[in-house]
Amino acid sequence: MVMEYSPAIPLLRPLVTLDNRGFWDAIKQHKLVFQKCKDCGLLIHRPRPMCPRCNSQEMEWAPSTGRGRIYTWVNFVYANAAYPGIKIPYLVVVVEMEEGVRILSNMYDAKREDIYIGMPVEVVFDDIADDLTLPKFKRREA
Amino acid sequence: MTVMRSIKNKTAIVGIGMSKFSRDSQRTELYLACQTIKAALDDAGLTPEDIDGLVKQTDDASDEHAITSSMGMGNLTYFGECRWNGAPCAMVMRAAMGVAAGAANYIVVYRAVNGASKRRMIPSMRTSGQMSTSDLLQWTFHAPFGHMSEVGRVAMIVRRYMHEYNIKSDQFGCVPVVCREHGAKNPNGMFYKKPVTIEDYRKSKMIVEPLRKLDCYEEADAAVALVVTTAERAKDLKQRPAYVLGVSQNMVLETEELNTYYRSPVAAFSEMAQVGKKIFSMSGVAHKDIDCVQLDDSYGPFVPMQLEALGFCKRGEGVDFCKGGDRIRSGGELPLNTSGGSLGEGHIYGMNHIVEAVRQIRGISTAQVKDAELVLVASGAGGPASGLILGGK
Repeated sequence: MVMEYSPAIPLLRPLVTLDNRGFWDAIKQHKLVFQKCKDCGLLIHRPRPMCPRCNSQEMEWAPSTGRGRIYTWVNFVYANAAYPGIKIPYLVVVVEMEEGVRILSNMYDAKREDIYIGMPVEVVFDDIADDLTLPKFKRREA
Repeated sequence: MTVMRSIKNKTAIVGIGMSKFSRDSQRTELYLACQTIKAALDDAGLTPEDIDGLVKQTDDASDEHAITSSMGMGNLTYFGECRWNGAPCAMVMRAAMGVAAGAANYIVVYRAVNGASKRRMIPSMRTSGQMSTSDLLQWTFHAPFGHMSEVGRVAMIVRRYMHEYNIKSDQFGCVPVVCREHGAKNPNGMFYKKPVTIEDYRKSKMIVEPLRKLDCYEEADAAVALVVTTAERAKDLKQRPAYVLGVSQNMVLETEELNTYYRSPVAAFSEMAQVGKKIFSMSGVAHKDIDCVQLDDSYGPFVPMQLEALGFCKRGEGVDFCKGGDRIRSGGELPLNTSGGSLGEGHIYGMNHIVEAVRQIRGISTAQVKDAELVLVASGAGGPASGLILGGK
């Protein structure tokens, strides 16, 4: 099922900084990109100002295939532990992308019973509000 | 390593103070801090004028100057903070280094938190809208997806651990059962005479699947204080000293508070493994000589993962080690959290685990291990971690 939001309690917005702006700008254009070190090629998520492998500060944004598999997941079923602006239950997943990085997100349209670790998924973009688009995931054929 | 070896056996915990655990203390946190520090000083046979050092946890609201002006400590020569869930043993390390180096003679380590009655704020909003870079990582890449709570992050780790080792969630039930069994004997705790059964565990409601209510600590109002001094000075005080034989804290590449699912393997707790190596090598103690352990049980499944990380069993065998609870209960080969810990005594961020280790060395625990001489404490599973081996000699 698709996640439902309460209009009374807006979703928390990402805090966009000079280090992570490229990610969120791409999401707005329905593109998933990951930070990539220009010098050694390391892919990095979440974005940071220096490459932990070679200490370069020259970064670029590399397009993702958008495909990955569920690495781990949880189901928020109890209101006090969940975000009050989202109707429970809702699923949060960590997806391991084909290119190796992991990203935390939600399933766009899924039933709890269908979710499993290793499930093939692909990115979709959810335009939640004028100022907020989130990358989410849906099942794909392997 | 050389430096840390030099403080082996040279410092001790000589005073302990602990408030009652409650759901509403009806006191300010500063009140609890002062009351509990005074109790620790009385326990040691010291007065506030003797104290010349304080070690605080960053998130605590009771600042050092508020403590000194309330208690009449006139000449502080050493003060500072430790952060994260893994602060407790690291705070003892700071104090031990302080007294061993001669920066101060008697250092108090304290925490006082109205965790239950004063609604906890999400970390980023804790202090006047200021945000640290690590809060920013949480906020920006987790919050918009409804993933803010600590229990949600722990559930992510636990799900993957279950997948990797083919564990069913009810196999974690033995941890809260044993902790509550120990807590049921402890009149100071929140769960005195309130044991739970494995059946209660199975029926316990899901919070963030796969974690149940009984897997998670309950918020409490509580305070703890410890007094640390040199081994020399310890001999002249009231209590049997609990000597610091090994102590360490650790952070590895990609350490974050409870976000280990960005690295592999998620449940290996690499920081804790490093802490374990260091405290065993520093103390020269063998695993088989440890009389009991006081581990981070803020979430029950952390216990088998820590037993693996600390080397008490092999990777993936933690759940089998805890099976049925016989090894980890009072009277077993490695009694766990003998005061009840976070799940069975109360939650004060792992500080009570150190108090209980000292009680074991003194022989006054409510689940006393006979002739306990060596006790291991660990704090901060799944994040910046710390650990401690205390000894009676």
